[in-house]
Amino acid sequence: MRVPSSSVPSLRTLSIATVVAMGVAFGLVFFYAPIELEEGFLQKIFYLHVPLAIVSLCGFVSGGLMAIAHLRTRDSRWDLRSYVTIHMSLIFGVAVLLTGSIWARGSWGHWWVWSEPTLVSYLIVFLLYATYQPLRFAIEDPERQARYASVFAIVAGAFVPLNFLAVRLSTSYLHPRVLGGSSNLPGPMRLTFLVSLAAIALLFVTLCSYELTAKRTRIMLKSRSRILGYR
Amino acid sequence: MNIEPKSQTTKPHAASSRAAHAPAGTSSAFTKHVQDKAPSAHAPAGTPSSSTKHVPTKTAQVVLALLRKELLVELRTLESVPGMSLFAVSTFVVFHFALHRSAVDGDLAAGVLWVTLLFAAMLGVNRLFVADAEQGGFDGFLLAPVDRSAMLLAKVCALLAYLVVLELVAVPAFALLLLGPSLGQALPGLVGVIALADVGIAVIGTLIAALAVRTRARDLLGPLLALPLLVPVVIGGARASSPLLAAGHAGGPGGRWLALLALYDLVFGLIAYAVFDFLLED
Repeated sequence: MRVPSSSVPSLRTLSIATVVAMGVAFGLVFFYAPIELEEGFLQKIFYLHVPLAIVSLCGFVSGGLMAIAHLRTRDSRWDLRSYVTIHMSLIFGVAVLLTGSIWARGSWGHWWVWSEPTLVSYLIVFLLYATYQPLRFAIEDPERQARYASVFAIVAGAFVPLNFLAVRLSTSYLHPRVLGGSSNLPGPMRLTFLVSLAAIALLFVTLCSYELTAKRTRIMLKSRSRILGYR
Repeated sequence: MNIEPKSQTTKPHAASSRAAHAPAGTSSAFTKHVQDKAPSAHAPAGTPSSSTKHVPTKTAQVVLALLRKELLVELRTLESVPGMSLFAVSTFVVFHFALHRSAVDGDLAAGVLWVTLLFAAMLGVNRLFVADAEQGGFDGFLLAPVDRSAMLLAKVCALLAYLVVLELVAVPAFALLLLGPSLGQALPGLVGVIALADVGIAVIGTLIAALAVRTRARDLLGPLLALPLLVPVVIGGARASSPLLAAGHAGGPGGRWLALLALYDLVFGLIAYAVFDFLLED
């Protein structure tokens, strides 16, 4: 709980690193990465959409891992971390669906395509995690709230890979798959992609630490004011 | 009520099984108390070999007792299964008018069947723990010195039984009211697909029901949580049964859909077993 003294400098470094990384990444995206032949300028949304999706999915799964740590150690800080990670992943998830939708509109002419398994799986995962907060805040008792939220986070975290497998199996490959990961990208594009991924991951970590610090400070403030007898 | 005398005679086994499943402070204190008392009372009677032999039968007995209670309550109140079956038949009628078709086959038939079964199952899921939460069933169970996973197993079996009865009504009704091709040829394959999917629905349904029942908005949260989680079951079930329900019986269920359903059952069965205890504390 000694938050302000220990984490403000690291927050500052994190913020600076994030701003620099985002600047470098956008510089690379706009001035270094070549224009893709088939899709043209629109393809550059790839450098935003795919890292956002990867980072938020990792956030969902690691929220589940933190929930396991919470149930094993009974330490409410793990629950707070799990909550913040899932919350932030959900916000990133909105951005993923928006950018994916724009990309689909640009390259296939529709705002939504069912033939892109990754996007469809992502929507299902998003809909599942959208129930995390309604579930959490429908329970009054804080200890039970943390426990139930952790159980949900574990089940949902295991659901993520299984759901991707199921949807991928069910989709017929009518459209050419642009979104094949970074394995077959040419050099400059791959470098740009990796830098964007690192930048987005840093952004995620920074935003999570800001929220964590805010939440801890609020908890501390509450306990202090209770000690002092306000409210 | 009649658990009390039984627990007197089986305390050593109960204590050993409870020690493994007692994370909270109060219950471990209780365990210690029982363990302190138990050897003096039962040391000559219970040797270690006999106690290790008895632990699995004990849990099986508890599961059977809970399952019996569950089915007895359902049989006497008839709260879930008739409602589920009636809902399924009404849904077929609604589909007839909504789709404006007198007969469906193939993909469409599989979709109609699985959507109906899923939503009917939701009704049972929503009711599954309500009596336990409202009338002290949880408290009674937690007071008994038994393995808590027994409740998961019993509830999964109960929900599975409800689903089987539902399907005994819904599938013939579907064949009668909506299905174009005859059901006879497709039946063995369809039974296999439905059985695999039912296990997944029962496991996830039980877990979600336990998660949602003690929240403020349980009727809303149950389906909201369960529907996205059950999408893989719908994918597997619908894809596996669509060739079975096609005109001219286009072939058996694809092996990979059955494998997907089996994988789903296995993964969520293990996860439910691992996390269910945490829903029953307090």
